Amino acid sequence: MKFIDEYRDRAGAQAYARALRRITTRPWTLMEVCGGQTHAIVKFGVDTLLPPEVTLVHGPGCPVCVTPLELIEKAIEIAAKPGVIFCSFGDMLRVPGRDRDLLTVKAGGGDVRIVYSPLDAVALAERNPDREVVFFAVGFETTAPANAMAVFQAARKGITNFSLLVSHVLVPPAMEAILSSPAGKVQGFLAAGHVCTVMGFTEYEPIAARYHVPIVVTGFEPIDILQGVFMCVKQLEEGRAEVENQYARAVRRLGNQPAQQLVNEVFEVVPRKWRGVGEIPRSGLGLRPAYELFDAERRFDVAGHALDEPAECISGLIMQGLKKPPDCTAFGGVCTPEHPLGATMVSSEGACAAYYRYRRIPIASMEETRHGR
Amino acid sequence: MCLAVPGRIMAIEGDDPILRSGTVDFSGITKRVNLSYVPEAAVGDFVLVHVGFAISTVDEDEAAKVFSYLRAMGELAELGDEPS
Ligand code: SF4
Repeated sequence: MKFIDEYRDRAGAQAYARALRRITTRPWTLMEVCGGQTHAIVKFGVDTLLPPEVTLVHGPGCPVCVTPLELIEKAIEIAAKPGVIFCSFGDMLRVPGRDRDLLTVKAGGGDVRIVYSPLDAVALAERNPDREVVFFAVGFETTAPANAMAVFQAARKGITNFSLLVSHVLVPPAMEAILSSPAGKVQGFLAAGHVCTVMGFTEYEPIAARYHVPIVVTGFEPIDILQGVFMCVKQLEEGRAEVENQYARAVRRLGNQPAQQLVNEVFEVVPRKWRGVGEIPRSGLGLRPAYELFDAERRFDVAGHALDEPAECISGLIMQGLKKPPDCTAFGGVCTPEHPLGATMVSSEGACAAYYRYRRIPIASMEETRHGR
Repeated sequence: MCLAVPGRIMAIEGDDPILRSGTVDFSGITKRVNLSYVPEAAVGDFVLVHVGFAISTVDEDEAAKVFSYLRAMGELAELGDEPS
């Protein structure tokens, strides 16, 4: 596929790997923020091409993984109500709540549906005026314009049986939380390309300056990631801490302004709790008062009990770059994608699921698989 | 979750800026995509599509630079690493 296959070229990747080896003189720890990047790094073995001095740690960039348990519980409660059509992206269905997940609700007769776009949920609401259609609006900045448009269209068409259960989180506050943590060891960031496609990258400029950390807006294919790492290491080696844009084919400095305008129309910045990390001020989006009619948490009176993570799950530390999945005693044993204990094992973009899928076989045979592509 | 896939716009419909949509071809699979957020995009352009929305056009000149970057940095030529 154009704009994908050429960025998986082996010779190109190796040229970057060699160039990186030449410029790296010291150990550096970089974090890739986005779960899509984590998935690609583990799947293609990008980390195995890096010089031994360069360590990639995986960030909190999987919206499924950071959605707090009490919101999962609220989703389950709403989905189980008679008359509700509960719509979600597929990844959310298997995230475990207290004693069941959304799939269990579906198996028990609940009308839970996987949709491709929030607009599909609006269309369902239009076709089923006697039902309540709820969309589980999970995502980062990348997905906010789509959810904003769904609400905006529903409002304009006078659709009253549609609402969003909002779990929208923002990337820059999470990066700041990681940088200000005393245990933190991240020296450079690969910023999430598609988040920046929407938002641009001006928000990162003060962060780079304040924490003296290079931030490279990076794409999702192996060569993109290798170039992002190269640019980041080059800055570190030269003592620079700037925001650079590796993913210029899709990211402009100011981002997508029509999209930002509609997001601003419908949503406002609110504090959000991040699963495994805790509450971060001004780190999420909630519906503005003018659109509160579309807020499922108001429409349905649901408690959403606060729940503790299973004790053995260290996903919070993994998402802060402090641990890697194999460090968890449950990894691959009591915790597997079929029976996940934590959300990072559910989503294909969660670090635990990526390691489970691609890293239980020895790296040597990984190389063969990769080279055989 | 933030996956966005590049595809080429085959047709554009709708004058209402909010409902502007089109058919986008992803190497043989076509989908209807909301184009409200890429008012500049025209038939034949590549766009990045996320959950049914085009979130940007793909800049073809910038797309090619990833492959000339190392050479431009002098990282290939000076070390005789030029692929033949
Ligand atoms: S392997 Fe399972 S239990 Fe361990 S950190 Fe990952 S999700 Fe949590």
